[in-house]
Amino acid sequence: MRNPLAEKVVEIKPSGIRKFFDIVSEMKDAISLGVGEPDFDTPWHIREEGIYSLERGRTFYTSNSGLKELRQEVCNYMRRSQGIDYDPLKEVLITVGGSEAIDIGLRAMINPGDEVLIPQPSYVSYEPCAILAGAKPVIINLKAENQFRLTARELEEAITDRTKILILPFPNNPTGAIMERKDLEAIAEVILKHDIFVMSDEIYAELTYKDKHVSIASLPGMRERTILINGFSKAYAMTGWRLGYACGPENILQQMTKIHQFAIMCAPTTSQYAAVDALKNGDEDVAQMRTAYNQRRRYLMNAFREMGLECFEPFGAFYVFPCIKEFGMTSDEFATRFLEEEKVAVVPGTAFGDCGEGYLRISYAYSLENLKVAIGRLEAFVTRLRSSR
Amino acid sequence: MRDELLAIIEKNSRMDLKDLAVILGVEEIDVVNELAALEAEGIVCGYHTMINWEKTNIDKVTALIEVRVTPQRGQGFDSIAERIYKYPEVRSVYLISGGYDLMVILEGKTLREVSSFVSDKLSTMETVLSTATHFILKKYKDHGTVFSRKKEDEREMITP
Repeated sequence: MRNPLAEKVVEIKPSGIRKFFDIVSEMKDAISLGVGEPDFDTPWHIREEGIYSLERGRTFYTSNSGLKELRQEVCNYMRRSQGIDYDPLKEVLITVGGSEAIDIGLRAMINPGDEVLIPQPSYVSYEPCAILAGAKPVIINLKAENQFRLTARELEEAITDRTKILILPFPNNPTGAIMERKDLEAIAEVILKHDIFVMSDEIYAELTYKDKHVSIASLPGMRERTILINGFSKAYAMTGWRLGYACGPENILQQMTKIHQFAIMCAPTTSQYAAVDALKNGDEDVAQMRTAYNQRRRYLMNAFREMGLECFEPFGAFYVFPCIKEFGMTSDEFATRFLEEEKVAVVPGTAFGDCGEGYLRISYAYSLENLKVAIGRLEAFVTRLRSSR
Repeated sequence: MRDELLAIIEKNSRMDLKDLAVILGVEEIDVVNELAALEAEGIVCGYHTMINWEKTNIDKVTALIEVRVTPQRGQGFDSIAERIYKYPEVRSVYLISGGYDLMVILEGKTLREVSSFVSDKLSTMETVLSTATHFILKKYKDHGTVFSRKKEDEREMITP
């Protein structure tokens, strides 16, 4: 029989997280700091809208690009949070999570051999999606000394004649790094100079703990060359609803909508009705969750300080990214031993790119009580490692 | 810091000062001073414990009593409210808008105890026009806390 598989797919490395997941799921009594989703339930008023929509029999497809009312609410949100105007009829697409928007955005823009710049450490799907779209991924290794922000210089050095898109993943998973206005202005200059496009994944936009998040699309000249991706998963604790969106210039969005129309048809209808309510009435919920995350973030930073574990202070998402280089182990070894000896699951930084070596991703999407237990075990583990040297 | 501190201790008044300082991002002495100020200003009036009495062997009966009264010249509802809240078995007294005036929450050991309070003490006050007593059959949620469920974390252990 002939080989049924596509080489392009077979050659893609499976996610580093997957391997770890398999070990953890064997362990019954392990506790985890390894999740990338909120611990909160979706606020009840949002869930109720989903339930109402089912009761009313709203169980049909929506239009390809999503409920008009939802697209309008997305535009209202973009206007009030970033001061950007999008046309709800032509410049917004409701997708199955932010993930779909990443995939079809790249597919809509890439010609064979185009280069996509991917700053790492970052979310696991950019590189595979770029490859599947036919692009050549070019990795930019972000540095701890820059607080894992992307600098104009790093960007400039990575750009070639073939560079087409920069993926801009901030606030960042797994580092928790943010890009502030001044950082964005510096790279916007380079982007304009080289006439490249930006895919800005802002799924954690609502979860920042310094100034409010600034979108690169709000800077002069950037709106027309940026696909802005956001969604409901992180801000409204709606991961399982699978709902995200992309906003951007009409010419790109129309082609994305074409792919979405043929591949997906439309995002889940129930989720779309619930999401309308999230955008209309969810600001207070988001504020409360943000406050809770911020308290936990402070708790972890303090705990690391007390146990002498090096960690830059992250101001976004719900992750901290401590450095474990002092122990002379790889991230993978450290995480594996920590799991085996203390029964706590964390994710090795290398799951998010080779330059994550020497770091761990610790999620604080857990209650303070749970964090305390887990951090107590980390302290015991670290103390043991230090005394055994 | 004040609003955030209040929100935390309203849910958990047992969190120690060090933890409070850490999660609020301030010094411990600042928390001590702020709590002292809140107590002095009468904003923090006590540190209570949520108890689900239904799970104990102790019998308690709670009633919500709607009370209609005649307000008194110069004192409005305050003096009649005071006469009612001075009874230790009265847990709460609220002035209410709408169909009646005062909402009285009363806790007693037995039905008889509660009903005798209503008939002997409350309804005999001169200014009380009428009462309507509702006994609480089951508490589902109190002070923002749901009594019945302890939720498990159903998330996958590791997700990207």
